[in-house]
Amino acid sequence: MDGIHDLGGLQGFGRVKWQDESEPVFHGRWEAVVFAIMQAGARAGAFQNVDRFRHAIERIEPSAYLTHGYYGRWLGGMETLLLEAGMITRQELAEQLHKMGLPEDFGRSARPKAKPDAAGPAPATDGNRRAISRAARFARGERVRTLRYGKSGHTRLPAYARDCPGQVTACHGGWVFPDTNAHGLGEEPQYLYTVRFGAADLFGPEADPAQNIHLDLFEPYLLAETGAEE
Amino acid sequence: MSDKPPPQVLRAEALESLLVEKGLLQSADIDAVIQRYAERTGPLNGARAVARAWVDEDFRQRLLSDGSAAIEEFGFEGGQTERLLVKANSDTEHHVIVCTLCSCYPWAVLGLPPAWYKDPEYRSRIVREPRIVLEEMGLSLGREVSIHVWDSSAEVRYMVLPERPAGTEGQDEKALAGLVSRDSMIGVALAGRQG
Repeated sequence: MDGIHDLGGLQGFGRVKWQDESEPVFHGRWEAVVFAIMQAGARAGAFQNVDRFRHAIERIEPSAYLTHGYYGRWLGGMETLLLEAGMITRQELAEQLHKMGLPEDFGRSARPKAKPDAAGPAPATDGNRRAISRAARFARGERVRTLRYGKSGHTRLPAYARDCPGQVTACHGGWVFPDTNAHGLGEEPQYLYTVRFGAADLFGPEADPAQNIHLDLFEPYLLAETGAEE
Repeated sequence: MSDKPPPQVLRAEALESLLVEKGLLQSADIDAVIQRYAERTGPLNGARAVARAWVDEDFRQRLLSDGSAAIEEFGFEGGQTERLLVKANSDTEHHVIVCTLCSCYPWAVLGLPPAWYKDPEYRSRIVREPRIVLEEMGLSLGREVSIHVWDSSAEVRYMVLPERPAGTEGQDEKALAGLVSRDSMIGVALAGRQG
């Protein structure tokens, strides 16, 4: 989806708020709580795979995405998934917040669908690599072009890399396809490639001529590049 | 007046109470998360692998050809290394990692990512103007150095093998590991100093 999560190449953000390694792993107990909620949700079957979890995070309120922090985003994603799975209800959550003297919408970022996606099949096996019997479409060294358009659901082709020419530098074999897996439509394994892009092909003449960007892209995101070679 | 916690903190508390009440969550689960991720994983794992690569050419080659297989001998926990690829920095090539779409990071070798790695500033800018971002973070790269940005858009995870600092010839693997900062394995700093 063309969401706020797709941050690569956006302009207007300021300096990185770097901290040294003495930064605590969890900045407060609540961050570990959210981590444990994610694990509890996975155990209870609120989501079946990481793609669905990532997509729930992508769907939270955009303003919250930018201001609630990493674990705040996880929280919004988990609340979305728990509501969609019927494991909690809005009413129960509202009552809990009232007990704490807070209104129902306090801190809310979850955006559950009225008609959630089907749960979909459980993972075929551990991990995300899958054997594929058909042959890979592209070979190392081949020129490719990425898809021009995005789509409404989950996908892993960043917007900044759409409709751009690049070169395949590696094939990683078959992997679970996030675009279907996130929506309960099965794993539909696809070949995964590393594609190298010159920065100027992504960002135009302003880009650093001595910069490459490498992305891991699924076969359905790629077309053979048949146009004139540079 | 005392500072009120941010809304997401209180909402996390509400969801926690609700899930505890429903028997889906226990306080032991939270302790387990803290023990595992705050106490037992971290960038020291990656630092050990880097130091070994500096002293053992054979291991270096294995690390660069198949990072996941090479680090098996260390027995790290923490997941996220189904396919780990390691990119070696040199005088002319500099590698840096990011995940623009979420915050993918090689947990088993680097632990959980720092907050800045997951923030919009780093994720938006490092793909578009890495030389400027690195400069702001204290790392000036000459024009002769090409920059490679690895945007982890699938389940492959990346780690940078920084260059061994000059003047460390006499040091053993353990001492060398102490020179390998987390940031040098993300690619926002060189080894031997903090970013």
